[in-house]
Amino acid sequence: MGKRSIIPYGPQHPVLPEPIHLDLVVEDERIIEAIPSIGFVHRGLESLITKKDYNAMVYVVERTCGICSFMHGMTYCEGIEQIMNIEVPGRAMYLRTIWGEMSRIHSHLLWLGLLADGYGFESLFYQTWRIREKVLDIFEATTGGRVIFSVNKVGGCIRDMNQDKLNMILRELDDIEKKVKEIQKTFLFDYSVQSRLKGIGILTKEQVHDLSCVGPFARASGLDMDMRYLGKDAYKDLEFHAITSNDGDCYARCEVRVREIFQSIDLIREAIGKIPDGEIDAPVKGLPNGETFMRVEQPRGEAIYYIKTSGKAFVDRLRIRTPTFANLPGLCETLKGANLADVGLLVLSIDPCISCTER
Amino acid sequence: MSMVKKSPWVLHYDGSSCNGCDIEVLACLTPVYDAERFGIINTGDPMQADILLLTGGINSQNQAVVKQLYDQMPRPKVVVAIGVCACTGGVFKECYNIIGGADTTVPVDIYVPGCAARPQAIIDGIVQAIDLFQKRSDEHELLMKNKGKKADLKTKENNNSSDKGNEA
Ligand code: SF4
Repeated sequence: MGKRSIIPYGPQHPVLPEPIHLDLVVEDERIIEAIPSIGFVHRGLESLITKKDYNAMVYVVERTCGICSFMHGMTYCEGIEQIMNIEVPGRAMYLRTIWGEMSRIHSHLLWLGLLADGYGFESLFYQTWRIREKVLDIFEATTGGRVIFSVNKVGGCIRDMNQDKLNMILRELDDIEKKVKEIQKTFLFDYSVQSRLKGIGILTKEQVHDLSCVGPFARASGLDMDMRYLGKDAYKDLEFHAITSNDGDCYARCEVRVREIFQSIDLIREAIGKIPDGEIDAPVKGLPNGETFMRVEQPRGEAIYYIKTSGKAFVDRLRIRTPTFANLPGLCETLKGANLADVGLLVLSIDPCISCTER
Repeated sequence: MSMVKKSPWVLHYDGSSCNGCDIEVLACLTPVYDAERFGIINTGDPMQADILLLTGGINSQNQAVVKQLYDQMPRPKVVVAIGVCACTGGVFKECYNIIGGADTTVPVDIYVPGCAARPQAIIDGIVQAIDLFQKRSDEHELLMKNKGKKADLKTKENNNSSDKGNEA
């Protein structure tokens, strides 16, 4: 038995764009235990409910995370709409779905790039991010913002898209699909990439279920769980089956995400084909009174919102449970027994979003 | 820009940002915006960095980390605060856990506004930082070169004054 030592990992680390700190207990090159400590990005965002009214909170909630910013705003708005019994027009629902799925493409491409960088394939990282810029261009053309584009409000959307813009999206999506197909060859079929990812950090279906993991991380182990099955927004009209894999290793997580990009592209195409005409927002009267519990499938997995209001302009209680928080126990499990050199990849494989987790 | 002789290395640290500015900084380094054409290169090691890009506000947990990173960087160094969060605290200013902008902890030279700061603005900030770094390192070199001479001058002056004193 070798000597045990503790290696600190982070908060500032080349592989990580965000600060998370892990204390790795290692014996020789094997990790015995990983103890995460978080709190470097904690801002206390939920406490702003005492200072901003429920309409202004939309903009704060969007800044929970810059990557799934749109989805956070959307879920919050849907929660308040549910409390106030507002019927959101169909067109607004479809617009939200289109932007939401586009966020997923952008987030997955971002992650794939970071993964490529994680195993030292820098040119692949650059290629992936070049494709991602195309998605951001679509955002900029349709909303005016690149990463944070406040187009949600309680009752609907702020901006509409005309037919020209929708056609433009379809054209761009064709291009994106072609390019993703190209890089997919390297991500999924390259020999050296496979040897880096296959068989690393395996979790079984039972384990991810017991550790209550969510999102692509859980789906890569065969757990067929996706909040889009709930049929909110336009998903009730769209053809949708969650993508799963049975391997449960880093390669499976990569594969699930690559295939989800294609799925999102198909979903957007279908939504654009079916989008109804009409208003994009419903009138909002009165103040919210009641409480609600919202679940949404973000790019990283299921997020839960709890909102409580009592007929005042200010929300009483807001609580956000984000996907990375749910995946942290899974991460610590995969790290046990792993090789020290794989830590960066394993941390990346849950697609950590620390600023969501700590808010 | 044409006068730049040095290629500064850039270190990026995410304070308590929402990730929005963070991914924009990364996007600046990728081919579409390609900030590396100005001669910088991204590094993960504070000991070799010349320019520190800070995103997000300062909270009590990361204050020590930011301070340590700044102290580890060799002189001369330039600090760029990116996004309103790093400039003033931004939308999170009133949160209980936010102390304020980056300048509450380290001296900031260049402020890049925006929420999220656009890549064009970030590149502008980086270019200004390169210029400032060039200026500072020139000054630093001059100081080093003159170090011996200045000391000579000083002793001479001292001698002179003491001579005068003697005469009086
Ligand atoms: S300035 Fe805006 S986008 Fe940037 S970190 Fe702060 S809240 Fe996020």
